[in-house]
Amino acid sequence: MSDSEVILQQRVVDAGNKKQQLAIIGGMTKDFYGRAVVGETLDIKNHQGIVDYDPTELVLTAKAGTPMVEVNRLLEENNQMLGFEPPYFGKNATLGGTIACGLSGPARPFRGSVRDFVLGVKILTGSGHVLKFGGRVMKNVAGFDVSRLMVGAMGTLGVILEVSIKVLPKPASQITISIHQPNVNLAIQEMNRLHGKPWPISAMSWYQDRVWIRLSGTDVGVTNAYQHIGGDLEEAGDQFWEDSREQSLPFFRDESPLLRVSCKAGVPGFDFQNSALDQDKSINEALIEWAGGVRWFKQSEAREANFPERLQEKAKELKGHMMWFRGGNRQGEVFMPLPSAVLTIQKNLKRAFDPQGILNVGRLYASF
Amino acid sequence: MNVNTLIELMGAILPKECIITDKNSLRVYECDGLSAYRQIPLMVVLPGSTEQVQSIMRLCNEHAVPIVSRGGGTSLSGGALPHKDGIVLSLAKMNKVLEIDERSLIARVQPGMRNLAISEAVKPYGLYYAPDPSSQIACTIGGNVAENAGGVHCLKYGLTIHNVVSVQVVSSDGELMELGGSGFESPGLDLLALMVGSEGMLGIVTEVTVKLLPIPEVAKVLMGVFDSVEKAGNSVAVIITSGIIPAGIEMMDNLAIRAAEGFVQAGYPVNAAAVLLCELDGVQEEVDYQLSQVSKILHECGAVETRVARDEKERALFWSGRKAAFPAVGRISPDYYCIDGTIPRKFLGKVLSEINGLSESYGLRVANVFHAGDGNLHPLILYDANIPGELEKTEELGSRILQLCIQVGGTITGEHGVGIEKIGEMCIQFTDEEREHFHLIRECFDPKRILNPGKAIPTLARCAEHNLMHVHNGELPFPELERF
Ligand SMILES: Cc1cc2nc3c(=O)[nH]c(=O)nc-3n(C[C@H](O)[C@H](O)[C@H](O)COP(=O)(O)OP(=O)(O)OC[C@H]3O[C@@H](n4cnc5c(N)ncnc54)[C@H](O)[C@@H]3O)c2cc1C
Repeated sequence: MSDSEVILQQRVVDAGNKKQQLAIIGGMTKDFYGRAVVGETLDIKNHQGIVDYDPTELVLTAKAGTPMVEVNRLLEENNQMLGFEPPYFGKNATLGGTIACGLSGPARPFRGSVRDFVLGVKILTGSGHVLKFGGRVMKNVAGFDVSRLMVGAMGTLGVILEVSIKVLPKPASQITISIHQPNVNLAIQEMNRLHGKPWPISAMSWYQDRVWIRLSGTDVGVTNAYQHIGGDLEEAGDQFWEDSREQSLPFFRDESPLLRVSCKAGVPGFDFQNSALDQDKSINEALIEWAGGVRWFKQSEAREANFPERLQEKAKELKGHMMWFRGGNRQGEVFMPLPSAVLTIQKNLKRAFDPQGILNVGRLYASF
Repeated sequence: MNVNTLIELMGAILPKECIITDKNSLRVYECDGLSAYRQIPLMVVLPGSTEQVQSIMRLCNEHAVPIVSRGGGTSLSGGALPHKDGIVLSLAKMNKVLEIDERSLIARVQPGMRNLAISEAVKPYGLYYAPDPSSQIACTIGGNVAENAGGVHCLKYGLTIHNVVSVQVVSSDGELMELGGSGFESPGLDLLALMVGSEGMLGIVTEVTVKLLPIPEVAKVLMGVFDSVEKAGNSVAVIITSGIIPAGIEMMDNLAIRAAEGFVQAGYPVNAAAVLLCELDGVQEEVDYQLSQVSKILHECGAVETRVARDEKERALFWSGRKAAFPAVGRISPDYYCIDGTIPRKFLGKVLSEINGLSESYGLRVANVFHAGDGNLHPLILYDANIPGELEKTEELGSRILQLCIQVGGTITGEHGVGIEKIGEMCIQFTDEEREHFHLIRECFDPKRILNPGKAIPTLARCAEHNLMHVHNGELPFPELERF
C-alpha cells in the first residue's frame, strides 16, 4: 500500500469511528453534478500516478487522483485514446471523479460508456477495507462485477483508489460532416437511419438545424462512408465535438438549469403542445446528442415551474430517464425516483459497502 | 419441505405438463455442459410467463426452496447443475421476440430465446446481435446474461455486458424489476452491471433488451500458419497495437488443429504448430486494406504462410474447424475438460509453453483453442473418466493452469463463469474480505439465499479448507501476488 492509500484508509476508519460523514473530492470539476453532500472533505488528489500502462495490452491502470490531462497526454504519446471520451469540465478533472460520475462523451452510442471500458477497481469501503475487483484483462467473470458497479455510483459505495481501463488505438483518419435539417423529427430519423448502416460513425448530434456526423477509422473506410452520406465537410469538426462534450457550445452559455433526458434513440422530438415556450428552439431539444438518445432542455425563467415534472412524466412514459444536470435545487432529488424494489436493493448495497453511512451520503438520492 | 406438498402448491401455479417430477424425465436436467457433475433435482418447472415465474419465486421464497434457473443447459462451469433439495426453473418455454425497434437498434426478447435465433429474427432489418458464443445454436440469451458470455467477435463488438441495454428481473421475493434503461443509461446504481455475469444468483431474468448492430458489408478471414506457438501468440499483440481491431482473432495449437481437421476437413495445415484465424469486417475497401496489413504483420512475426478465404464458402469452412473444435476434441478422447483462464496478451507465449510443460508432467494431453485477441485461453485437457483417478488428476492440472493465469495477472474465468467448478480457485483469486462482500451483495438481492445456492462464491469455511489442501511446502500459493 502506498503512503497516500494508508492516509486515506486511516481517514475513513477514523471517520467511521466518529460517524463523521465524508465528502469525497478530486478536482472539484463535477461538483455541480448530483446532489449536494455535507461532510468533511476527503481529498483524493494526492493519491495519484500511473500504476501500469502497457500500450500493447490496451490497458491503463492509474490511481484515482491522477489528472485526466495526464492520462490523456500519456495516451496521446502512444497514439491511443479513451473510447468513452469523458467530459473533463475543467482542467483539474481526475480519473477517479470521471469514473465515479460515469459521464461519457459523444462516442457513447458507438464505442461504449465509461462502465463498458472499466476492467477493474481497487476501492476503500466505508468500513475501511481495501478491496480489489475485476482485473487488468479484457474478459473476467470471476465474482460479481463490482468494478462496473462503481461507475456512476458517485462515491456512495466506496472511495475509488485505483482503476484499470481499456484504451483504444486512435483512428488513422477522422472527419466531421454536417447535413442541413431544420426539422427535429426528420433529423432524428436521419440519425437513426445512419446509425443502422455499417459505416465507421463515431458521433452523431443535431444542433442548430444540422445533423453532425463524425467518421473515424481507416482512410478508405472514412472516405467511403463520406461518399455515401454526403453533406458538408466541417473543418472545425473536432472543435464542435469537444465543445459539445465540455458544454461550451453557445446553447450551454447561460445560467438556467439544464435538464437532460435519456431515451430510446428513435423517439420522435418531444412535443408538449401546450405553450409557446415549449416550441422555443433555444430551450427545447436545441441539442440532441447520441444519435437521438440524449435530449437537452433548459428550465429558463420564463418557463412554467412545473415543466420539469412534465418532462419527467414524459421520460417515465418512454421508460427513459430525466435528470437535473446542472443548476436547480441540489438539496432536492436531481435524478429520477427509483421504483421501490430497486431502491430497496440500492439502499441495501449502500449498507453493505458503507455500513456506517459516511461516504458521499445523499449524493445520488436523499435516502442513501 | 415435503415434495408432495410442493408439487401440489406448484400445481396451483402451472399446468400439469409444465411440472416434471418423474425420475426419467428429470435425468435430462441432471447436468449442464460440465457433465462430470450430476444431480437430480426435486422437480423441474417450465413457466410460460413472467407472472408464473413471479408466483414460483414467491412460493419458493416462502418455503426456502432452492431454485436453479436453466436456459440451454450449455454452461461449462456447472452453473445450471441442480440442487438436491431444490427445483430447476427452465426458461425454455419463454423463447419469443417481444419487440424489434429497428430505429433505436434494439430488440426485446424472452430469456429462453436462443442466441442465434435473435440474429436470425432481426436479419430482415440488416441487423444482428453481436456476441456469438460457439454454443450459439443452443445457449439462450438468459444464460448469456447470467454468464456474461463472450464469443469469437467479442474482441471488436464486446461481451454480453456491452450488448445488453436492459433486463427485466424477477427478484427473490417475486417482485418485478427493470434494470438498465431504454436509452443509453439509467438512474441510480448500475444494477444491470451486477446482474450480468451473476450466474443466476441475483434474480431470474425474464426479458432482455439487446443492442443490435448493422450487419457489416463484408467479412473476410485470414489464416496465419506458424511453426511455433510463441510466434503466433506474439503476433496477436502486434496486430492489435497496430491500430487494427479485427472482428476476431482465434488461435489453435497442433493438437486442436489435427482434431478439427480430422472432424470437419477445414483445410487446416496438420503439421503446423499453430494457426491464427483473423477476421476483418467493414466496408469492402477497408477490409481489403486491413487484410494486406495483417498479412504483412503475420509474415513479419514469422508466419510460414497466410491464406485468405477466397469466398463465403471457404470463410465458413475456415471457421467451421474452430467452431467445432470442442466436439472435435471429443472425438479423439473419451472426455475433455475445458479451462477458461484469461491472461494479459503479452504472456500468451509464456503461458502456453508452461501449460505444455504441465501437460507433460501430468501425462495428460492438452489441446489449445482460444480467443487469442482477448487473451482468453481454453486449454482442453484430454482424459478418460473411466480410468480411476484420472478425473482428479485432470482437475488438479486444471487448477494448476488457473493458478498460472492468476500468477501472470489474469483471472480464473473469462467467460464460462465460476459455477461449481472453479469455486476453489475463487479462494485464491480473492481475499476473505472481497468474498465476504460478494456474499453481502448477494444478500441484498436474495436474503434467504434460495437462488443457485452453493455456486460461484465459496464460504469462508470452504476456502479455509481449500487453501489448507493447497498449501505447498508450508506456504499458500503465491502469497506475494498482486491479485488486481
Ligand atoms: C460447445 C460449447 C461451446 C461454448 N462456447 C462458449 C463461448 O464461445 N463463449 C462463452 O461465453 N461460453 C461458451 N460456452 C458456455 C455456455 O454456452 C455459456 O455460458 C452460455 O451463456 C450458457 O447459456 P445457457 O442458456 O446454456 O445457460 P445454462 O447453462 O442453462 O445456465 C447457465 C447459468 O445461467 C443461469 N441462468 C440461465 N438462464 C437464466 C435466467 N433466465 N435468469 C437467471 N439466470 C439464468 C443458470 O442458473 C446458470 O447459472 C460454450 C459451451 C459449450 C457446450
